[in-house]
Amino acid sequence: MIFNFIGNYSLLLSLITSLSLLVIILINIKSLDDKLDYKIKNLIFFQFFFVLVSFLSLIILFIISEFSNLTVYNNSHTTKPLFYKISGTWGNHEGSLLLWLLILTFSIFLYFLFAKKRSNNEKFYTIIIQQIIIIGFSIFTIKTSNPFDLINPTPLNGLGLNPILQDPILAVHPPILYLGYVSTSIIFASSLASLMVSKVDNNWAKHIKNWVFFSWIFLTAGILLGSIWAYYELGWGGFWFWDPVENVSLMPWLSLTALIHCILVLEKRDTLKSWSIILSISTFTLSVCGTFLVRSGILNSVHTFANDPDRGLYILIFLFFLIFASIIIFFIYENKLKNTKVAFGILTKESSILMNNWFVMYFLAVILVGTIYPIFLEVISNHKISVGPPFFNKLIIPFLIPFLIFMSIGPNFNWIKNVKFKNKIPLIFFLILNIIIAFLILKNIGEAKLNLTLLLAASIYLFFTTFKDLIKKTKFKNYSQQISHFGFALLILSIVMNAVLSREITTNLKVGEEINFNDNKIKFENIEINDVKNYKKLTAFFTIQENSSNFLFKPEIRIYNQPVIITSEADIKTNIFMDRFLVINLIKEDYEYFNVRYQEKPLMIWIWLSVLLIIFGGLSNLLIKNEK
Amino acid sequence: MYGKKVKLRALFILILIISLILTVFLVLKSLEKNVVYFISPSEIKSLSEINKKKIRVGGMVKENSIKIDNKVINFIITDFEDEINVTYSGIVPNLFQENKGVVAEGFLKDRNYFEAEKILAKHDENYMPPNLDKKRKEK
Repeated sequence: MIFNFIGNYSLLLSLITSLSLLVIILINIKSLDDKLDYKIKNLIFFQFFFVLVSFLSLIILFIISEFSNLTVYNNSHTTKPLFYKISGTWGNHEGSLLLWLLILTFSIFLYFLFAKKRSNNEKFYTIIIQQIIIIGFSIFTIKTSNPFDLINPTPLNGLGLNPILQDPILAVHPPILYLGYVSTSIIFASSLASLMVSKVDNNWAKHIKNWVFFSWIFLTAGILLGSIWAYYELGWGGFWFWDPVENVSLMPWLSLTALIHCILVLEKRDTLKSWSIILSISTFTLSVCGTFLVRSGILNSVHTFANDPDRGLYILIFLFFLIFASIIIFFIYENKLKNTKVAFGILTKESSILMNNWFVMYFLAVILVGTIYPIFLEVISNHKISVGPPFFNKLIIPFLIPFLIFMSIGPNFNWIKNVKFKNKIPLIFFLILNIIIAFLILKNIGEAKLNLTLLLAASIYLFFTTFKDLIKKTKFKNYSQQISHFGFALLILSIVMNAVLSREITTNLKVGEEINFNDNKIKFENIEINDVKNYKKLTAFFTIQENSSNFLFKPEIRIYNQPVIITSEADIKTNIFMDRFLVINLIKEDYEYFNVRYQEKPLMIWIWLSVLLIIFGGLSNLLIKNEK
Repeated sequence: MYGKKVKLRALFILILIISLILTVFLVLKSLEKNVVYFISPSEIKSLSEINKKKIRVGGMVKENSIKIDNKVINFIITDFEDEINVTYSGIVPNLFQENKGVVAEGFLKDRNYFEAEKILAKHDENYMPPNLDKKRKEK
């Protein structure tokens, strides 16, 4: 009870701090000087502190299983392991909003510590904008989804956490993804602030670049974790489904990736100013938009915790407010931007970055349409539709080909000056060579389609050019970019090869039956039933005979008791060449036939490793300052 | 008459507009092709013609209707007014059970027979396809 009290009032105190921060800055708006600095710093710290206390109280409530708290009652259970009690704190709507608030206040605190060199005006404007966002979300949390609501009388036990969420990766996925999502608010606030004080220049770019990388690293890592989880837990063996909830995380990522490149141009060349601001605004807007879609219950998924129209409406209104306010600010101050006049030729770094930015925007537009259109149609015409992977594949893959080629050639161009076309002729020959290689590979497999050949050729091309850049010795070496680009090349190549070479079989088997698959013999040996702490475990034993080697697979089915949910735990054998993936499922509770799916997924491990490489590239930019 | 710069800029804008129109056209075209409509069993009964487009059928898995052999799983989807036979070979999601909501994606063979390519998981133990919840409560 006491922690409920502390948490609740601490949350209120943080809202009061936000409001007073806003008032203090607005009163002194005419003369923002260093005297104010100290005061503001303390207030920002206290605000963060209050939300932290509130968050910690909620964690404690979860640990001690205080079921008089509604959130704990709805999402926890005494039989749950301690680790998942803690992760249950953010595994629900109310708790995740509190986490969102925590990161909002943490980011502005961090911003203030690192923004010492920025002008007072810019700093305080940033704080005002961030405080408006914080206040919006505080009121939202307190009014519509207070994590400290009570339930009376106190129930004896909780309802439990969806077992599908009881997973180590999924326990850390939300905080990491949120760090990425929410810290984009700083980019948003700072870009608008610097626009208002006409300070959008290379100094600003140098400063905000760190935040862009910070958000991007966490967003990438968050998406990676979610994807790995989907791969082994959902039991499909896929890693990306073009599901709306995945799309809403990919959209800010694309926008942020475009922004990273833009910011670098702005830093080096002092141009592309409006474009950087637009990307900053759209990144954060897309993050909030994602929150709206996921949390409002419009999209039905594992992320939807509660269907409450009030919540959706509130976020929607807030979202529109943010969009309109930022657009108005943009158009008022936009004409004050002075782009340094630098005309750049077509075969320059600037052009190729801009070009790829447009491609990224196109991808983003496709995903946006594919995600939003079904919702619109349902509202307008009451038709229920869904847009599946073919839509995205068809619209994205053809444009991925030129995108990859630009990405291979672009980094070899110079700033401002056109490269001499003659010097780059070997690159073109190399591309043609790659098309032939790709064609031969696919011909061998029997999938020689034009689209696929070109895609594979482009990805091999990117792979070799980025690899060459990475190992080449030059005076100015941009390791960060080269590692990330090489990682991206590896990612695309692995995905393409994985898609082309994957093999699978799905069947229904009884114990003792066997089936042939290519040259393999799959035998369902036995099944064992055990009772574990909070679930009943069915372990199946399969042997797979491949040439002369034998593999033993032990996939599981778990029947959880609180709440009653069945999950499948796939058994995956990983090596550097391929994953062997076996998953079974219960069809009827008579335990006679089992649904069996066996997959061979080549290069799976490289998909994860390459994303790690991409992240590592970003990380090295953030941590190592070796410029000049 | 015009400077080189103006011409270049005009060309640039022209290309931009053309590619924009092309993009919109492409997106709309493939939306038209790849959109999957959601239909309930009773709506299927009242269809005037059966076309070859992919659809989704949603409803409840009828009690005692699941029949399994090595190759396929057969079951009946009902919306408490009408029902339809579904045949499926593939992996079913964990939440696939008799008396639970289900969404099947595939092709209609005739008014009583549906060939599913995919059974969708709605990661929510209380999930009900749209409208069905209401109908069930009415019953």
